Amino acid sequence: MSIEIKDVSKDFKNVRALNMINLTFEENKIYGLLGRNGAGKSTLLKIISNRIFSTSGEVIVDGEIARENDKALGKIYLMNESNLYPPKMKIKNIFKWTKEFYPNFDTEYALKLSRAFNLNVNKYPRALSTGYTSIFKIIIALSVNTPYVFLDEPVLGLDANHRDIFYKFLIEKYAEKPFCCVISTHLIEEVSSVIEDVIIVKNGEIIRNQTRDSILRTGFTVSGSAAAVDEFIKGRNVIGTDSIGGLKTAYVIGSMSGENIPDGIEISAMDLQKLFVQLTNS
Amino acid sequence: MNLDFNSEKPIFVQIADGLEDAILTGAFEEGSQIPSITEISVTYKINPATALKGINILTDGGIVYKKRGVGMFVAEGAKEKLMEKRRNVFYENYVKELLAEAKRLGVTKKELIMMLEKGESL
Repeated sequence: MSIEIKDVSKDFKNVRALNMINLTFEENKIYGLLGRNGAGKSTLLKIISNRIFSTSGEVIVDGEIARENDKALGKIYLMNESNLYPPKMKIKNIFKWTKEFYPNFDTEYALKLSRAFNLNVNKYPRALSTGYTSIFKIIIALSVNTPYVFLDEPVLGLDANHRDIFYKFLIEKYAEKPFCCVISTHLIEEVSSVIEDVIIVKNGEIIRNQTRDSILRTGFTVSGSAAAVDEFIKGRNVIGTDSIGGLKTAYVIGSMSGENIPDGIEISAMDLQKLFVQLTNS
Repeated sequence: MNLDFNSEKPIFVQIADGLEDAILTGAFEEGSQIPSITEISVTYKINPATALKGINILTDGGIVYKKRGVGMFVAEGAKEKLMEKRRNVFYENYVKELLAEAKRLGVTKKELIMMLEKGESL
């Protein structure tokens, strides 16, 4: 069971937003979809969920072509910035309404989450703040129980406490009943420990698609006095450096296994956010 | 147990080490139940696959065992086993590092022994 994206391209007038994307989302896995603003993440998610059409290529859900296919699309839920619910409906009624389209929607669970987030279900969505609008959408996404859930910027406007609650509920839900979850976010550090695989999009193309553990092993960080660091990184694949006074930090691709670390130099792990920034700097 | 996400040590190894520490200090006694994969992953906000990988180090080493449908428990003799394992890496992880730092600071062998004695008398 999987979603396969085959040779998908998307043009907006003369601009190529996505170029020949090939990807597979396997069942029961949490993915991080990372990219800078305008890289094409949201466009890709909208194509997968049939909100917009690709210019070429196909999306295949569990073996079936997804385009205009209700059965295939019923397995997918996309949470994003658009609001696809009746504007004159209270939140608690939107829960009921959602169940009409997603029969596995768990209303009890949605109400439990609403209490945990302190969301008043007697309100209308348009009366909610940015943060609570995200919370309202998160609750629906975590309650629909489709095998594939796509979250486009789920924590937009959420404070630290609410983000904490969100990650905990997501992990709890996933640990008890795994599903495929794709999280597109700019808060890379926060999501790093939650995701299993990382997909990085740059200028409409996939530049990385691998497990988080393996991507973190692709590089390391060297810091120390500028002279010592410069000596050490000679001949290595350096993707970026930061300097402050006489101190320097270099981000290096490659491994360090078995080498002696010279005095005055400190080696530390590459974190996902740093790696991402270095890889996606234009 | 504290996890350091910036450490060179992978998270699953930190999970295994943290649980081992808890067994060594007696926080989890032999025969008692340890937290589930779900509890560990929710508490530390980590992917359950990572938590499982950490727990597997302990099950493979015979430190904890699974009771189907009940949970995971600390094995009898786990503490002794862990102490032996830790003694074996003590030289590599601590003694070598101690000597290297002493050398950098110009601390002589005699001074080092004095410091050890002083530390012991506390």
